[in-house]
Amino acid sequence: MAAIPHAHDDAHAHAHEHGREMSLGKFLTTYVFSFDHKVIGLQFLFSTLIWFSVGGLLALGVRWQLAWPWTKMPIVGDLFFSSTGGQISPEFYTMLFTMHASIMIFFVIIPILAGAFGNFLIPLMIGAEDMAFPVLNMMSYWFMWPAFLCMIASFFVEGGASAAGWTGYPPLSSVHSAAPASHTGQTLWVMGLIFVGVSSMMGSVNYMTTIIQMRAPGMTMFRMPMTIWGMFITAILQAFALPVLTAALFMQLMDRTIGTSYFIPEGLIVNGAPAGSGGGQPLLWQHLFWFYSHPAVYIMILPAMGMVSDMISTFARKPLFGYKPMIYSIAGIAGLGFIVWGHHMFMSGMSPWLGTTFMVSTIMIALPSAIKVFNWLATIWAARIQYTTAMLFALSFVSLFIIGGLSGIFMAATPVDIFIHDTYFIVAHIHYVLFGGSAMGIFGGIYFWFPKMFGRMMNEFWGKVHFFLTFIFFNGTFYPMHILGAAGFPRRLADPYHYETFQHLLPMNQFITVCAIGMGASQIILAANMIYSLLKGPKCGRNPWHANSLEWTAPSPPGHGNFDFQPVVYRGPYEYASPLVDDDYFPQTRPPVEGEDKLAHH
Amino acid sequence: MGKVWSLLFLMVPVLGVGVFLVAPAYGHWLPKDVSAHGHMIDHLFNFILWLTGGVFVATEIALFWFMWKYDAKRNPQAAKFTHGSHNVEVAWTLLPAATLLFIAIYQMNAWAQVKIFKPDMPATVEVTARQFEWRIRYPGPDGKFDTRDDLFTVNDMHLPVGETVLIDLKSADVLHSFFLPHMRMKQDAVPGSKIPMWVKIKEEGMYDLVCAELCGWGHYKMKGRVTAQSREDFDQWLAQLQAEQERTQEPEKPEE
Repeated sequence: MAAIPHAHDDAHAHAHEHGREMSLGKFLTTYVFSFDHKVIGLQFLFSTLIWFSVGGLLALGVRWQLAWPWTKMPIVGDLFFSSTGGQISPEFYTMLFTMHASIMIFFVIIPILAGAFGNFLIPLMIGAEDMAFPVLNMMSYWFMWPAFLCMIASFFVEGGASAAGWTGYPPLSSVHSAAPASHTGQTLWVMGLIFVGVSSMMGSVNYMTTIIQMRAPGMTMFRMPMTIWGMFITAILQAFALPVLTAALFMQLMDRTIGTSYFIPEGLIVNGAPAGSGGGQPLLWQHLFWFYSHPAVYIMILPAMGMVSDMISTFARKPLFGYKPMIYSIAGIAGLGFIVWGHHMFMSGMSPWLGTTFMVSTIMIALPSAIKVFNWLATIWAARIQYTTAMLFALSFVSLFIIGGLSGIFMAATPVDIFIHDTYFIVAHIHYVLFGGSAMGIFGGIYFWFPKMFGRMMNEFWGKVHFFLTFIFFNGTFYPMHILGAAGFPRRLADPYHYETFQHLLPMNQFITVCAIGMGASQIILAANMIYSLLKGPKCGRNPWHANSLEWTAPSPPGHGNFDFQPVVYRGPYEYASPLVDDDYFPQTRPPVEGEDKLAHH
Repeated sequence: MGKVWSLLFLMVPVLGVGVFLVAPAYGHWLPKDVSAHGHMIDHLFNFILWLTGGVFVATEIALFWFMWKYDAKRNPQAAKFTHGSHNVEVAWTLLPAATLLFIAIYQMNAWAQVKIFKPDMPATVEVTARQFEWRIRYPGPDGKFDTRDDLFTVNDMHLPVGETVLIDLKSADVLHSFFLPHMRMKQDAVPGSKIPMWVKIKEEGMYDLVCAELCGWGHYKMKGRVTAQSREDFDQWLAQLQAEQERTQEPEKPEE
């Protein structure tokens, strides 16, 4: 955390003194146990980026095994599997993909969007001096640490970390003898997720209150940038869905530790031994888990959609097309998102009649997503596009989200899902949405708001190299997975070539793995660019992109309390290319000009 | 640089469509379908592929074209100052809504045939999944399960072709999934439940039976085999199985 710039370092007088002679207590309250939303946001940012690299390395382990099964895995092979000549065990493979997904979802994408960008941007973009509940905000970060420790510890306990899949389906996850290796690891996994949930809930309550209560004068709901709308609706989703997951996690914890049987039916014989006292139902977990985890998919994409909308409008130098339809679409996705969870369970043994209703609601959720894509396209139509790194990532979000959205229709179609369920088609789909969508949006967000976070510009040339390589290798990695899925190639198999049906798919898997390694390596460019720019990047003024929203009127980086004046808002955030002013942008705080009321109806 | 970036984005639809055209020619595609119902699923897959393919190409080309044409460096025109259009929004809401609704209704019959309208007949075979094998049980000559003449095999399922067979699926321990790629069949096995499946196989042959739901460390090796054969061969195989079983087993019927 030493890299965080001086949060107090603004134009005000006393800034220089405490740089040198800061007492330990002052240091701790400023940078470690800070109430300041910007410091907390950056704490989230750096923590989640470190987890991002851990999750990525786990994925490369999975890819290695699928391309060169049972050969010596680099590094890991020598470290842990010297007795088998570096050949990993199937338990280890199972752990790799379980922890890859768990970390990426619960420790990277959700906290980086809500925790890092949400925290940093919400007060700045609505013109508030901080969050409504600063102490709660600080706690939401520090509640991540018990979760981090659980996850880290789980790798080192006997038998290793959780190996029941990120979905943790019982009985595999709740009966010890079903997965004897990851005994303590699975319990730590459950506890870690409970802590993440507590953290998210604290954040969510805070974001809702802040957005409702703390907006600057003139900042009506329909003058808020899309990023804030995305964060706001995400916070609502989180608040309603999360308690269900928390309850389910506690049930699993009790099944594992004190012998309840919420998810264990009667008469189970696992590994030759009777298990559980019976009376439970394995499908109950799936319903509860997906009641949260399907809305969680939207928790992982809606804020990114908001951020991308802001970047696209800014660099298209043109108002966002269909601002209100965009908001209604987000709200529609969030609402429908609560009644589609059953589409993860079409093959689960749930009543096929019920499957039909979930199929209809799932197909209809494609509609608001389509509306968003059309509006983004219309925004860059007749625009004046500036190809910054942030814009390229935002445009790649649109391009890749189209693929991820359309492939969803295959799975929503119940008969087709019979064949592609639990195949690589699903893996392709989720990565097009979560990496091609969310992660690309996050990368764009880093390039876009880095100047505001640290007062320095990132290197554009290396940013574009990073974009170019990531874009190519991303598609090389995930696009062929659609074909694997069409060939029926199943997920989560340590050695799919065990089956004659899939043996011919080995070369394609090797191609995918080479691309995945390339994609992982490309992220070194991002890390180097961030670190270098943090120290040596050229200093920037308040508004390097000539953008309209409020955060760009504050100093870069903003001091404690954010604004050195009282922001008053006169218009929406997307008034680019307005005929009323000479500049091609028209900040939300600039006092009204003549003729603006007449134009307001556009 | 706007040209370079536009062309990079143009590669997405070009290569994207290209991959889907080339892959089937090299055998990287849906495995051969040998079931009576599979054509419905394959038809829907292809139908959705064409439909989404069209939308994919249209939207990606539009993205490329706007990126190419409205590059600030090359395009001297001012950006159009517009916040949207009510009529356009209505059009691109209603059109996809109608299309999606059509897709939803269009597939219902296939789903009902495969998963809802269970044929009224006794089960030909019962499959109990457990870590990490498929226990197969036939009712034996008396046609009833849970009697002394039940026949047992492991991982080796035989089924007659040309007639509908009913399969009861159970699990003894954790979740598994009964996946027959060549017959477009998949169903999770859930401990505590008995779930029926039915299929009519069209062609004789040997097919992989895959476990498609994570069931523990040995999930990858939970491999079974389905031998589809003519009714005569199937009956003969059953008789042989019965003979073997009577020879090796003394009075007590083994449970599990």
